[in-house]
Order: sequence, then C-alpha cells, then structure tokens
Amino acid sequence: MIKGVILMNDKGKPRLVKFYDYHPAEKQQELIRRLYGVLSSRAENVSNFVKVDSLFGSDARLVYKTYATLHVLFIFDSSENELAMLDLMQVFVETMDRCFSNVRELDIVFNFNKVHAILDEIILGGQVLETSSSEMVKAVEEISKMERAANSIMAVPSITGWQGR
Amino acid sequence: MAGPSLLDSLFQRSLEDLIKGLRLYIGDESSFISKSLDEIRREIKSTDQQTKATALQKLTYLHSIYGIDMSWAAFHAIELSSSQSFNFKRIAYLAASLSFDPLTTDVILLLTHQLRKDLQSPNSHEVGLALHALYYISTPDLARDLTPEVFTLLNSNKGKTRKKAIAIILRLFELFPDSVRVCFKRLVENLENSDPAIVSAVVGVFCELACKEPKSYLPLAPEFYKILVHSRNNWLLIKVLKIFVKLAPLEPRLGKRLVEPICDHLKRTTAKSLAFECVRTIVSSFSEYESAVRVAVENIKEFLNEDDPNLRYLGLQALTIVASKHLWAVMENKDFVIKSLSDADVNIKLEALQLVLAMVSEDNVVDICKVLINYALKSDPEFCNEILGCILLTCSRNVYEIIVDFDWYVSLLGEMSRIPHCQKGEEIENQLVDIGMRVKDARPELVRVGRDLLIDPALLGNPFVHRILSAAAWVSGEYVRFSKNPPEIVEALLQPRTSLLASSIKAVYIQSAFKVLTFYLHYSISTKGVISPASQGVEDLMHGRVQENSQFVRPVADSDTESFEDMSVAHEWSSLTSLKVEPITEESIVNILDLVETTLGPLAGSHEVEILERSRNVLGLVELIREELPGYLVKREEDNDKGQRKTHEMIKLIAEAFSEELGPVSASSQERIPIPEGMELNQSLDDLDAICGDFGLHIPTSFSLGRSISSEKDDVTMSDRQSKEEVESTESTSLLAEHRKRHGLYYLQSQKKEMVYDDYPPANDIKTGDNADDEANDLIKLTEQSLFSKKKANQAKPRPVVVKLDDGDGPFITAKKVELKDDLVSGAVRDVLLGDEATTSLSRTKKSDKPSSKRRQDKLDKDKSSRPKEDSKSMENSELENANLRRSKCHSRGKEKKQRSTAIDRDEHEEGDKQKVSHHHGKHKSRQRADGALTLAAQSPVIPDFLL
Repeated sequence: MIKGVILMNDKGKPRLVKFYDYHPAEKQQELIRRLYGVLSSRAENVSNFVKVDSLFGSDARLVYKTYATLHVLFIFDSSENELAMLDLMQVFVETMDRCFSNVRELDIVFNFNKVHAILDEIILGGQVLETSSSEMVKAVEEISKMERAANSIMAVPSITGWQGR
Repeated sequence: MAGPSLLDSLFQRSLEDLIKGLRLYIGDESSFISKSLDEIRREIKSTDQQTKATALQKLTYLHSIYGIDMSWAAFHAIELSSSQSFNFKRIAYLAASLSFDPLTTDVILLLTHQLRKDLQSPNSHEVGLALHALYYISTPDLARDLTPEVFTLLNSNKGKTRKKAIAIILRLFELFPDSVRVCFKRLVENLENSDPAIVSAVVGVFCELACKEPKSYLPLAPEFYKILVHSRNNWLLIKVLKIFVKLAPLEPRLGKRLVEPICDHLKRTTAKSLAFECVRTIVSSFSEYESAVRVAVENIKEFLNEDDPNLRYLGLQALTIVASKHLWAVMENKDFVIKSLSDADVNIKLEALQLVLAMVSEDNVVDICKVLINYALKSDPEFCNEILGCILLTCSRNVYEIIVDFDWYVSLLGEMSRIPHCQKGEEIENQLVDIGMRVKDARPELVRVGRDLLIDPALLGNPFVHRILSAAAWVSGEYVRFSKNPPEIVEALLQPRTSLLASSIKAVYIQSAFKVLTFYLHYSISTKGVISPASQGVEDLMHGRVQENSQFVRPVADSDTESFEDMSVAHEWSSLTSLKVEPITEESIVNILDLVETTLGPLAGSHEVEILERSRNVLGLVELIREELPGYLVKREEDNDKGQRKTHEMIKLIAEAFSEELGPVSASSQERIPIPEGMELNQSLDDLDAICGDFGLHIPTSFSLGRSISSEKDDVTMSDRQSKEEVESTESTSLLAEHRKRHGLYYLQSQKKEMVYDDYPPANDIKTGDNADDEANDLIKLTEQSLFSKKKANQAKPRPVVVKLDDGDGPFITAKKVELKDDLVSGAVRDVLLGDEATTSLSRTKKSDKPSSKRRQDKLDKDKSSRPKEDSKSMENSELENANLRRSKCHSRGKEKKQRSTAIDRDEHEEGDKQKVSHHHGKHKSRQRADGALTLAAQSPVIPDFLL
C-alpha cells in the first residue's frame, strides 16, 4: 500500500502532507525533515527511488520527482510497483495541472482543500482507486460545483458568504 | 456569549488571508501562528457555521503544514460534520481524517451516527467523504457499528462508491475481524465485476491481505489466474502478480500454470512497470523454469541498456535477485555491472556492488578485491565504507570460506586500515584477531602487518583506526615469536602518541608490551651462557639453545603437543627472522627497561583500573629484573643445573603462561559446561556492589588478586561467571588476554574435549604466591618434547587450516519458537471459505433442508449479535441468496467436488457437464489432483483443491 504522499518545495517546506497511517503532528514534521534530508543528498539525474526502511519500517520505499520548485514524494511498501508509482505520480501532477491550468507551487499553497480533494480521488486508505486523469478532473469539478452551490445557499442566511470570496 | 460575535464573523480572516499573512510575515513564523491560533480558538466557538468552518479549515491547514496540535478541536470537527452544507461537511471530515488519532481521540464514537447517515446518503460524494474519514478514524467499535453500511455499499450501483467501499474493507477486516464473515463473499463476487477499476480495487485488497497471511487466499488462485490470463489492465496485472508471488511458495503446482501467461505478458507488454513486475515475479518465485528465466534475463538486459537511471537501477535489482540461483545471468552482464560501480547514482552503485560480490569465488577474490579497493579509494567516504564493509563481509563468510591465501588477505586488511575514509575499524579488528586465532599459518604475516600499523605514529591520530591498532597490538603481543624485532614493537607500543588512545585500547597496548617484553627477556636468558663478551653470532647461540631447551619446564596437565611448540619460541624466532637480529646485550635490555619505566611510570597512578593494573604488572617485572641486572646475561657458576635465579624462573613462567595457545571459543561453549554441584549461579550480587562500591565493574580483577588455590571450587564459579561475561563483552581483545592470563586452562579450546583442570593453579598466582618456587621445581621435571615436531609453514600448501568450531561459529541462538500470531482476519477468511464448503454441500443435497439452514442462521446470528436484529436478518437473506448464486458458479467450475463425500451423484453429473463447457483445463484434472492431494493433505486437509 501507499504509506504517504507529500508535496514539498525545494527548501523543504511542506505543501501537502498525507500519511495513510496515523502519525502525531510532531512525528510528521520530523519525517518531513528527514525526507527532505534524503532528497537534498541526492544528485540530479539519478534514479528516483530511495529506500526509507529506517523511517517507515521494512520494505518502505520512496519515489520522488521534482517539478520546477516542487518535489513530489510517494512512500510505499513492497506491494506496489516502483514504476507504477512513478506513473501514478505523473497522473497526479497532470490532474493538478488540468485543475489549475498550469499548476504552480502557489496554486498548491493556496488550494489546500482542492489538492486534498484531487489526491483523495486517486488514493483511499493507501489503495490506488483511480488512474485516469480525466475521471479525476470530472470528480473534482463536481465537488467544486457542489461547494459553490453550498456557498451560495449559505450566503443568504449569513452575510459572510460574500466576504469569503 | 460575548466572544464570537457578528463583528468577528465579518472580519474573520479566511484561509487565504492566513496563508498570505504567513507568507508576508517577516520574522518568526511561530509568533504569527500563535496569534492566529488565538483568533481561531475564539472563532471556532462561534454559532455561525461559516465562521466555525473557516476557523476549522485554518486550523487544519496549520496542523497539516506546520504541525500545530489540534486535538483540542476534535469536538468542533464532529459538530460541523453534521452540517447540511457539503462544503462544511468536507472541511469537517478533512479535519477529522488529518488530525484524529483512533487510539486517543475519545470523541470519535460521537461520529458514528453521522457517519452512518452519510454512508447512506444518495450523494456519492458525501458517501466518499464518509468513507475517507472512516478509513482514518475507525476504531474497532466504529468498524463493528458501520460494517452493515459498508457491506451494503459493496453492492452499490455507483462504481466510484463501490470502489471506495472495497478499499475501506481492509481497515474493517483489520479492526473488526468478524466483518470478514459478513463481507468476504461480496468482496469476492466483485472480482467478477465487468468494471476493471472495481476488480482492481478488490485485487488491491487481496494483495494486502495476502501479504499478511497468504495461505488463506490460496483457494482464490483460480480467480486470480483468470484475471492474469484475460486482463490487459496493467495496474490489475501488477497486483495479481504480487499476489502470486505470495502464493507460489505455498503451492508448487502454480508455477507450471503461471509461467506461460507471465512470459506472454512480458513479451507483449510495452509498459515498463508491468514488464518489470513480470521479471521480478519470474526471478523471485519461478526461478526453476529455465526458459522463463532466460526471457526475464533478456528483459533485464534491455533495462540495463536504457538511459533512464530508474530502469537501470531496477534492472540491477532484478539481477541481484537472480544472482543467488543463476549466477550466469550476472556473468553475462559483468561488464555493465563493473561499469556501474562508478555510476553517478548511489542506488546503482550499491546494487552493482552487491552483484560484484555475488560473483566472488575462490579463484577471483584477489582480483575482485583489488578492483574494489581501487574504487573505494576513488569514492566518496560513504560508498567507500560500503565497499569495505561488503568486502569484509564477503571474505569472512562461512569462516573465510573463499580465502585461500591468508597472507594476502591479512595484508589486504592492513591496506584497508590505511584508506583515509575507512570507518570499519571494529570489523577489521575482529577479523584480525579472529584470523590470528583460527589460522596458524597466517600469524607471521599478521605480526608483520601489525608491526607496520603500530610503528606508524600518524595512524594514532585517526580515531577510526584505533580499534584496528588495538587488534594489531594484541596480535603483536600474542604472536610476538614471529616478530623480527621485539624491542621495536615495545617502542611502538609505548610511543608518546598512544596517549590519544581510549583507555581500553591503551590497556591492550600495555598488556601487549608486557608480553613482548617477557618474550624478549625470556629469549635473552634462554640464550645466556653462550653469550660471551666477544658476542658470537646469534645463529650459533640459537642452535646452542636447542640443547638447553631440553631442561625446560612444561606443565604436566598439558598433553597437547601443539602448545609445546611454544617452547621452541626462540628457535623459531631465529629461523624466521633470517638471523639479522642484533645480539642481545645487557645494554639493549637496559634501554628497553628504561623506556618502559619512563613511559609506564606515570600510568601507575592512572584512574583507569585496566591501565593501572597492567602498567603496574609491567613495572613490577622491570623492578624485579633491575635488582639482578648487573651481569644479568652472563652465565654465573652458581646458576648451573637447577640453581637458576629467581627472576629467570619468573620470566620463564610468565612466558609460558603467555605462550598458551588461544583458540576461538564457541559462543555456546559456556552452556555445555555442567554446572558443578552446590553452585549458585542466580544469586543476587547486590551485596557485592555494596562492598565494592565504585569498582563494581572491576570485580573480576579485584577478586583474582586475592584468591588462593585452596578455594578452587569458588574459582570455578567465578571463572564461569566471568567467562560468560567476557565472551559477551565488546572489549574482547583486552579482556580475552586478561581472562586467559587468569584462567588459561578453563578457557575451552575448540578442538579439545572439555576438561576441567581443577588442580592447576591459575597463572596469575605465580607472582604473588610463595609456592611459585615449588611449582617451578615440579614443572622443571618435565621435558620439552615438541621441539622438533614443529611444523614449518608450507607455502605450497593449498589452504591453511582454519580452525572451526564444531557447533558453528555464529552467535549461539537459543532455539526460539516462532510464535505464530493467531491472525484473526485470516482465521475468519478460512472460516468463510471452508464454512462455505460445508454449507454448500449441505444446501445442495437438500435445498429445503431446514435444520441445516437454521443452524447456519443461528451461527451467523451469533456472530453478529452486536448488530440490530432486523438489520442482520435482511442482510443474511441477501447474503444467503448471494451465497447460493455464488455456489452454483463454483460448481460450474467443478473445483471442490472430490473432497465432498456427501455430494450425491446427480450433482456430480451436472457438474461434470458444466465443467466440460466452462473449463477447458479439465483434462489435466485427475493427474494433478493425484499429486495435489498429497501436498494439500500435508498443508491443511480441509482446503479443497481449487487449482484445477
């Protein structure tokens, strides 16, 4: 299964953190720091896999890829295929790209909820559920639509509806 | 409620404002965050949902990205989850899934009702939210309470929802194993769904389940096989292959059936991920199928020739898996592997290193090590040590199995020590000592290497080498008879820079100096009488000594001829050292004694007990000799025959004690010593602590000084205890030496039968006891016999003898019984699968058999007693229906009938007919069943033969 998905920028600042097992907040921060340490020790143009048994238990692997200033990290165990994870990562990034039309780091910074929505469409509980980018986009658009609808309804009883825009 | 007001709501900062604020804030982020947290704490209490939701969202953001604690807000998330607005519900569930800890968040149970409601919602996105949340926060209670809802969703007509429900099943099974009884069948049914995404989700679940306990899922092999043959979905195929890797070891017949379709996929696919998975499956599980391995290796070659480092890395990894069984595959790619050692990618380098070492054999170990050492010299420190570690590991495998030329290996170890980045001190130390003890013929080279290391003052500056130096010092002391120039070694051991050493190592140095000094003096006095002021050639005097030796002393108890050899020390020395030794003069002895005194004098007051004691030993000896120094070497009239001087006796005795052979000791030898009667091993030693105070750690030392021979029984007790402690000790070298000194003969030698020498005094007593003289007299009566039986190291010998222990050299492992944890999930799965069998036959024979179906009903009711009654009733009905449907499908595949003795003939006929139609593998059936029956009977007699 997949143990976690992390987006962080090239300075080690996390942009999205999703672990599929419970880790307390401090542990998460520690893991992110260690992972960043691992990444920064890697040269450019080398393979994208790292063994991270020491951080996540036996068999744990990390696959990462860098898009401009953003590192995308998937952590998984031996029941996933390394290359398939790399593909999945590509699908994830493509989907974000389509949802935000040319995704940049800032989009991810400011769309905390939406990025989680996209990721939740792909993975549930460490299991890959969707691998088609267009299906994901469709689902995420539906969710946004529902959110907007909900907001407009709420705008009537509460004045804060317009304020949030 | 004065706090949150309309004003707060109006001017509340949104998440976006918060993020902007954080980005613009100059200085310490944490002060900004704590200010925001104060705001959030106020806002989250608001009765206005919008305000609350925004506050919760901000808090979740801070929690997720900045690691801010939000456990205090758990209740607010639960409150918000009941909101009508999808937006707020989403915020609430996201907060719950990111921050709730199923073990400690106690308000989780309050969500049960809301989750149930949302799981039943007509809106698939709401169901999705609830399922996501359920995955993260589910506790055993929650899993139990919501199993019925998830069970219903397993049949949802919305593919998305069904997929998610399937994925969540894993967590339910884990937390509430009884849910298996409810959901398992429906889960299996989903394997036949036409939507590949759903099948993929189910296979994913089975992949995880099979990782934990593959055996239970063996009956499902035919289903997976069908997927393997018919599916073209790469994700699905990869997962199925992963499952088969787990199942293959349990069912040898799987290989025959699987190899072909896997190879087909391998040839057909263009997807690297699937290709790699096929390769990995073949090489790891089906390596006995030569042709398949051929195909796989061809593919690996393609991977290796790719530009993408990922593919090259994985290719090498696959090659590593092959290596153990098909070394030829590595040999075919030898050039690539060697080239990869200098790849820019650490991953690739490490894999290549593993492969290179897999190729090592007796014939090429020298060449390969040479190549590797060259790479190590060029590499960064980390990889350099990786290489060294691998060399050490490979060469020492199975007690140096592949080493023929130990002289070469020992000098290689010396060479390694000088590599600047070398941090493998401990391992090299162990091997140097180990080889010294095990391989007699390697000792001269060991001493030479040790000397080169010791006399180099530069090495003392590198703390990583200190452990190696410790071994070098030990070797030089223990095997000093092979040394060309003992005074030089004494000087090296006492050089000023040794102050840089840790005290434990320093103690080894001093002890070694003691040994060397003793040897040197012993040699000098054993040649006395032939030396004249005119200083004859040493050669003469050596040979002269041979005769003298006949009077030398041996302990009676020692009947081992090998150790007699030690008495020929000087002779050996002369022959080994090409006779370039300076004749020993009084002056040279005085010089050494001076050196010892000046360097060790200050240490006699050391606070380290080890150092203090050892240096005092040496100084004591020096003092003793000083007294009689004038004319020390000149043969005096009154000395002849037995009238040797006391100091000479001393030195001889000490030298003998030191020249006892040390062999490797099996870690388990302690266990084999019968415990003497009346001995208490488990007595608490707390009282001793009180007496010894600060010196608690050094109890053995203080005890050995005071004990007398008459209390022999106690000594055994002590030595037992001590040797146990010492075997376990990490400072093996120094303690070993010390230990031997004290209990030389209790120390078990590997090849001798075990004897307890109850009547032989410990060597240490020689110095203190008055009876030393008497003993010496006794011993003098013995003659040395082994002088001429000494074997010369034969260079042409194919491989020196390496001492091995009878019971293996690995650390003694107490036979630990592997406790099989009773896996509740697989237990339940087996129940379902096999219970299915039992009831199948029953319901088939008599469709209207009321008692049996009632019994079943009862059983299920009991299982689900915690659930509302009507709920379970309706579910069972549907479940039964499904089960029946499913069963009839099973018949058509004709799998389980042989096992069932209750099946009636009519069914057999029907089955047979259907089987012909639907299952084209029927022709193999009877034969495979025949050999299958045996294996399966051994594994578990009840599992039916599903594989046909």
